Order: sequence, then C-alpha cells, then structure tokens
Amino acid sequence: MSRLFMFEKPLGMRDTLPELHEAKDKVRSSIEKEMKQWGFQFIETPALEYYETVGTASAILDQQLFKLLDQQGHTLVLRPDMTAPIARVAASKLFKDQVPLRLAYSANVYRAQQREGGRPAEFEQIGVECIGDESVSADGEMISLAISSLKKAGLEEFQLSVGHVGFVNELFVQILGTEERARELTKFLYEKNYVGYREHVKALPLSSIDSQRLLAFLELRGGPEVIGKASELIENGKGRAALDELKLLWEIIEDFGESSRIKFDLTIVSHMSYYTGILFEVYAGMVGFPIGNGGRYDKLLEKFGKSTGATGFAIRLDRLLESLGNLGEPEPVTCILFSPERRKEAYQLALHRREAGERVILQDISSVRNLDACSDTFANVVYLVGKEGVQ
Amino acid sequence: MNEQLTIAMPKGRIFTEAVDLLRNAGFNLPPEFDDSRKLIIDVEEENFRFILAKPMDVATYVEHGVADLGIAGKDVLLEEERDVYELLDLKISGCYLAVAGIPDTKMNDVAPKIATKYPNIAAAYFREQGEQVEIIKLNGSIELAPLIGLADRIVDIVSTGRTLKENGLVEYETITNVTSRLIVNPVSYRIKDERISELVKRLNEVI
Repeated sequence: MSRLFMFEKPLGMRDTLPELHEAKDKVRSSIEKEMKQWGFQFIETPALEYYETVGTASAILDQQLFKLLDQQGHTLVLRPDMTAPIARVAASKLFKDQVPLRLAYSANVYRAQQREGGRPAEFEQIGVECIGDESVSADGEMISLAISSLKKAGLEEFQLSVGHVGFVNELFVQILGTEERARELTKFLYEKNYVGYREHVKALPLSSIDSQRLLAFLELRGGPEVIGKASELIENGKGRAALDELKLLWEIIEDFGESSRIKFDLTIVSHMSYYTGILFEVYAGMVGFPIGNGGRYDKLLEKFGKSTGATGFAIRLDRLLESLGNLGEPEPVTCILFSPERRKEAYQLALHRREAGERVILQDISSVRNLDACSDTFANVVYLVGKEGVQ
Repeated sequence: MNEQLTIAMPKGRIFTEAVDLLRNAGFNLPPEFDDSRKLIIDVEEENFRFILAKPMDVATYVEHGVADLGIAGKDVLLEEERDVYELLDLKISGCYLAVAGIPDTKMNDVAPKIATKYPNIAAAYFREQGEQVEIIKLNGSIELAPLIGLADRIVDIVSTGRTLKENGLVEYETITNVTSRLIVNPVSYRIKDERISELVKRLNEVI
C-alpha cells in the first residue's frame, strides 16, 4: 500500500513526563515482582537486531518495522517485539539442558504507525516466555501469571479470550480439503471480516452440512460449553486434540480459581502464521485495544536452530496504565530552601530526611525568583535562611 | 449485562435508513431523534448512546473504542482498513464504487491521473489492473475533475448514476458493490458480548 502521506515523519513518538513516569514505574515494578516470584528471570536484549533474523522471524508485519542500515550495509530493525530476540538468545545460548526456561522482560518495542497518531510507535511491553515446555500446563501457567500480574498491578476489571489456532486450522482443512483453501478462509478471520467470511463460505461448492459447519464456527464464543459445541463441528483427529487441550486448560484455570475471567473464542487467530496452539488476548474496560496478548508459538525457535515449543505473553504498559485510569497521587516532595550561610545545616537535614525515606530537594534560595510558586509546587517547604534559629 | 452501548451513526443519507432498521428491529428510538442537530443523543430507555459522525469517520471512532459499535459503508471500511469486526451486512444504502470519465476518452499514457475521495481503494484497484496511475485526493464534487481537466478518470460512489449523467460522464468499470455494515470494536465485542450478540440477532432478523 503506497500512500503519499505515509512516513512523512516518525509518527507516534511520545515523551513520558514525571507524573506518568512515576505511575509507570509503580505498575512495572509490581508486575516484575510478581513475575520474579513465579521464578522468571529478567533479561535485556539490544534495541537493534538484524532484519534477516529477528526482523523476519517476528510476528509484526513488515511494514510496521523501523529499518536502518549498519556500516556494512546490513538491514537492521528496531525490535518490534521481545519474543523474537528472546527466542534468538534462548536458542543460541540459554536453552541447553532441555530444562524449560522461564524468561521475562520489560522493554520498549517499536512499531511504525502507518496512518495517524493516537497510537504510540514506541511503547513498553512487560512479558514472559516459557521455552522448552510443550505441555498445556505451560499455557495454563501463562494465563494464570497474566491474570496474577494484572491483579498485582491493581487492575480489577479485565477479561481474557482464549482460542486455539490448531482447531481452526484442522476444522477448515477437514472441510475445505487443502491448507491453501483453509488459509484463504482464515484470512477473513484475521481481518475480522465476518461478512466476507459468510459470503465466501456461501460461494464455495460445499454440501449444506459443511457450509453450515463453517457458519456455525463463528458462534463458538462463550464459556466452557463452547468446547462441546466445537466438538460437534469436528470429525476427529487433531481438531479433537486441540479441544482436549482447551478442556485441560479450563481445568487448570479453574484450579487456579480464575476461570470467571476466561472466555473461549475460537474465532481468534491474531496472526496468519505465528501462533501454533492456544492463544489469548486480554481486554479491559475503558481501553479500545487489547492490553495484552499471548500464546503458543512452537515454530519460532526452529528459525533460530532449536526445535522446541514455547509459549508466552506480553502486557502493553501504556494501555494498562490507561485502563487503570487514575495515576494516583505523586509522592510528596519536601523542598529545603537554604541560604549559603546555612548550607551545611540544610545538607544535614536533607541527608537525615532522605535516609528516613522522604524525598527531599535542596534548593539555594537565591535561584528561586517566585517563592509563592515554589511553595505551591512542593508538599512541604522548609526555610533555612539567614541567621541560625530564624525560620 | 445491561451496560450502555455507544453506537456511532453516519450523518446524512445512511442515517435515516439505519434508524429505520433499528426501529424495525424493535428498538424504541424517540421521534425527535431524526431531526435533532445534537451530536450525542442518549436513549435511556434502550441504554444506548448514539454519536453522530461523518460517514468516513465512523470506523475511526469504533477502532479507538470510543464507540462500541458503528454503522459504516463498505467503501469506508475498504478505504480506512480499520481494525474492527465487520459483523453484519445491513443491506441498506446500496450503491457501488465505479471508475468514470468523459465518454470515449483514453487515459493519458504517461501519467494517468485519477481523482477520488478514496485514494487507497483507487490505488489498490489500478494496481490490480496492472496500471500505474497518479491519485489525486478530492473531498467532494469529484465529477468536476475530468470536466476541467484535473484528472482522466474518477473513482467514486454511484447510487443512481444521475450525477454522472447530468455532468456528461460515463462509467467505465465497476469496482465493487457497497452496502452498510455493522462494525464492532474488538474489545467491546468481548467485554459487552451479550448485549452485542442480542443486538446482532435482532438486526439479523429484520435485514
């Protein structure tokens, strides 16, 4: 799509001002703490990666990548997500002894906006990856940890929709015969175009039972009863296995005591080829976009030379903050205004109070032009001015 | 369960038909609804809030989630490519997108120019035809462009064909048919699923 007004300037770059920064810090550290408690280890990776490796392996569309060239002429990308870089590190270094690896990150990622503002092109994601565990237990762990992290961040109202691309694929191939035709139909789901999906199904040379099965597929949304309904649509084999996984997942989340937050939605595909099994999206009121998403991506590690399963999720910190609403009161700051003759006293007072955990500014009063504004800005103002004993 | 639904409605031509459809589906919309000049109308009885937007903007409000649902032409959805669910073809406000121009003319070989309100649709269409064209974006009265030599062809919505005829233009090709669609924000579709499903069901019965 070439549009004349595309990329005229780097859209979507934002500043984080003190109040927001502090709120962000708080939320980030509460989530990081939770992830650490679950035994995930945090890592950092570079902001720049090779386009050929991480860039093409990532789930993010090519036109959303920021690209640049290095001195040798290689194309680089600003990392568009953290999953691909972590897969690179895991495959090349960390994943050795066939023991499942639990890694976490909080990092800025970059996605070029194609059209307009209203969405940041650089934003922070906090997430985890569980590498080398192909069991549904790992999928259940991801969902449980996502729920637990969001609760620790103070979010009360949120909901997860869980799907399974393995089921979609199996059902479509079963009915349509080939991967290619299945892919064609999946594209309508990916584009969220149900009108087009129905028209496409009706135009296909199918028996009325089969086209009814495909139309009924769009209704597979809701509680655990969806699994039963889905099994009526599928004949056997792999699709059944996918449903067994979802059933097991439901039991896991029930054991965890959070099944009320989960709904099934088998129409979720999220991406044309990236996910391979259970996948999910997180929604909160007040925000029009998912605040997080995740799922199983068993094919990604292969691209980096290790054949093993993996699953994970990422929370968008900017959207989470938006859904939390009120940023909360900023920590109070005390300002000690001093004149040179009492500097030492001021320093000692500041030292003392800072040790007690208070936030203290030391400000030479000669640089303050507007004392009223100064006392309005800070929660407390202490004057250490003039001769000893005069306040 | 009974959370408020915010519905973005397109002002103008589609509005009346959309309101009729909602009334047919049994929704109780007050009579003054039709000729109000307000941009936000609350219908407490149904717990709906309607926002009245330019047709081209409906999908934008829905994508950003400030409206849960919207009624938008397929032309808008094709042009804007917003990340929203297209749930229902309401089969109202039928028309089509067409290529038109002065009769018996050929497009300029070197740099054929296309004037349109739909730069993305026009660009995609001519690319598929294997033709390199230059798109000129206009905001209305597109028929003027070929008449005064701004463009060789126009891409525009045609409903009766009268405007084209009165200005001495003819259709060359039809691009696609257009009707209005019910669109939904992906988060609302999940969070307010019960109310939305019910609305879809009721609308579906009267289409």
